[in-house]
Amino acid sequence: MSNNAIIFISVALILSALSFAMDRQKTIAGFKRGWQMFSRMLLPFLNILIIVSVVLYLISPDDIQHYLGAGSGLLGFAIAAVVGSITLIPAFISYPIAAGLLQQGASYAVVGTFMTTLMMVGVVTLPLEIKYLGRQAAVIRNVLNFFAAIAIGLLIGVIL
Amino acid sequence: MTILFKKYQAWLWVAAFLLVTAASFAIGFDPGKTVFTNFRVSLIEMISFVPFIFIVVGLFDVWLPKEQVQKHIGHESGVKGIALVVLLAMLQAGPLYGAFPVAYVLWKKGISVRNLFIYLGAFSSMKIPMLGIEIGYLGIQFTLVRTLITLPLFIGIGFIMERYLKGKHFEVYEVAPAKEPKKQPPGGIKQPAS
Repeated sequence: MSNNAIIFISVALILSALSFAMDRQKTIAGFKRGWQMFSRMLLPFLNILIIVSVVLYLISPDDIQHYLGAGSGLLGFAIAAVVGSITLIPAFISYPIAAGLLQQGASYAVVGTFMTTLMMVGVVTLPLEIKYLGRQAAVIRNVLNFFAAIAIGLLIGVIL
Repeated sequence: MTILFKKYQAWLWVAAFLLVTAASFAIGFDPGKTVFTNFRVSLIEMISFVPFIFIVVGLFDVWLPKEQVQKHIGHESGVKGIALVVLLAMLQAGPLYGAFPVAYVLWKKGISVRNLFIYLGAFSSMKIPMLGIEIGYLGIQFTLVRTLITLPLFIGIGFIMERYLKGKHFEVYEVAPAKEPKKQPPGGIKQPAS
């Protein structure tokens, strides 16, 4: 974890220095853009961290292991796929949840399925998608993505 | 007053949490303390790398403007077109429903059905800001494996959608932004179409 932080900080510093050497104005504009995007997601991020902290207290590691762990089999898979397809959690803030699930003993396959359905399938946003793409295309896209997400989850489980 | 309330409404949850936490420490309420410890650990974890990702993303944004890439996605089919739409999608940020308006713009610019769905696939699962945070939380190995498995699958979905929608009058529609009542002039006078 801290290794990752060191890598990100180094990359950010090196790129900033490079960018600064090439164009001061652009670099400052870039920092402003970055800050803008960060500040927009900061509040939802804080809220989700609070919720995760509370949920982690309420749900015991044993529960998670039971329902989503290595031995949970088909049920864990189904829970992950359905919850991931329906809920509308921005990808940004789903990662702390996924990391928490892994720490509590959930399997890679289940977490992979959860993450991928979350990203690629949107039941809640389907009405909006239908407005843009039409009913036929939107429904087929979601169905195809649902099966692709399950395949992705399974493959992640096999590889990791 | 109501305006003030609306502005800070989003922070109420955080404020309530801090209040309960402070109270927990004051009266020695253990569950409250444990929840705060969970929160503190994940907050430090987040602050240690997420802001730096956004520095990189911001720099990407100014050095590689979307329009620049967009210009080069014409009707080209083949590997080059696919690579360009994937790259374009990777440089975006935000949730999938944010991609539909962009999809409409690309459709007007003549993107092919296949590339459109490849764009949506890449947008949903390969955005660079997202990948950065994914690496931070789940590790480079998980991210790499997931990305490498996902890429061929959503490209495949692009091809399937193209075949399926052939001759079915597929169209991407323009959808007006949901809430714009404030921009309506008073008295129900209609604005000229812009």
